[in-house]
Amino acid sequence: MDRREFLKLTAITAIATAGGISALEILRDKELEAHEAHTPDTKPLTAKRWAMVVNIRKFKTEDDYKKVMDACRRAHNVPDFGNPKDEIKWIWTDTFEHSFPGQEHKYMPEDLKHMPFLLLCNHCDNPPCVRVCPTKATFKRKDGIVMMDMHRCIGCRFCMAACPFGARSFNWRDPRPFVKEINPEFPTRTKGVVEKCNFCEERLAVGRMPACVEASKGGLIFGDLEDPNSDVRKVLGSHYTIRRKSELGTGPGVYYIV
Amino acid sequence: MKIYDGGKIFIGIIIFLSVATSPFLFNMGKATAKPDPKLDTPEIQKMKKKQCVEPKEFMRREHMKLLNEWRDSVVREGNMIYIGVGGEVYSMSLQSTCMKCHSNKKKFCDECHKYVAVKPYCWDCHIAPKEN
Repeated sequence: MDRREFLKLTAITAIATAGGISALEILRDKELEAHEAHTPDTKPLTAKRWAMVVNIRKFKTEDDYKKVMDACRRAHNVPDFGNPKDEIKWIWTDTFEHSFPGQEHKYMPEDLKHMPFLLLCNHCDNPPCVRVCPTKATFKRKDGIVMMDMHRCIGCRFCMAACPFGARSFNWRDPRPFVKEINPEFPTRTKGVVEKCNFCEERLAVGRMPACVEASKGGLIFGDLEDPNSDVRKVLGSHYTIRRKSELGTGPGVYYIV
Repeated sequence: MKIYDGGKIFIGIIIFLSVATSPFLFNMGKATAKPDPKLDTPEIQKMKKKQCVEPKEFMRREHMKLLNEWRDSVVREGNMIYIGVGGEVYSMSLQSTCMKCHSNKKKFCDECHKYVAVKPYCWDCHIAPKEN
């Protein structure tokens, strides 16, 4: 065999091998489709930056608040210790003065002054809780959700000290006996970890809106802040909204129509 | 050769040896029952091809590593899809995928874990399927 023939043979072999591999891959892909799927049929909801608008004007009776908070409690196995010192807060209420300190004044409307405001984790653009976490148990996802990895949390509570919104709670006791009806779809937490609202990332992953948004019947609006056609953007574009302690520069992702 | 206080020393040695070896002597000849994990759940019976997400041998040896990978993938990367050994698509979830088939935690998980005295803390938070 001379040099020329050798090169020819090598080239032909290389082309044949490459062709064979890609043919095999095509076959494999077909096989993939043919197999039974064990996943939920629904597509996940995705966004560049999830955000929420709270239209507090839609919350008129005590029941309106309760429905929303109970939906969250049920979805995430949030315990009720019956003791404000141990309280685990995902979504809760407080007065205007406490929610928006510095913005209240003597002559503001009476109803606004005494109205409870729905509060939850703001899923900040620049979350101080993430910055202080020594184990990266709390981290910011690409879609803006500030998540907790309970497997990594060591219970140091730096994040609780860092969060200016009081959105984080510590499990001083084993919460499981205090969960009224356990939702088998979601884990409980254990003693010694910090927890907070997760914008229902587990529901978004299977194509469902957050539990509180579903239960609020229009009082809470949820969507992609970077999509100009999303519900949140439409509402933000047509109403005057305020955010909690925006002067701190954390970039809260929860807006309020007051 | 004279050993001072020989009697006391030998009695001491005998007492020490008998105490130190007593757990072994006590359990000699009595083998602890070998773990016998069961796969006879209704969900598995229903399957035409009885196949886990990976081959049995792999699962037996590596399930803890696989679970750690699933955990990191779901929690930290937001990826819930796992492609199984034969190309099947699974949703990575301990509570909804693993335990859907292996609904007999006591006879499936605990059986071996007890035998080898490991205490995984999965169930401190994750909810085990209801068993009688």
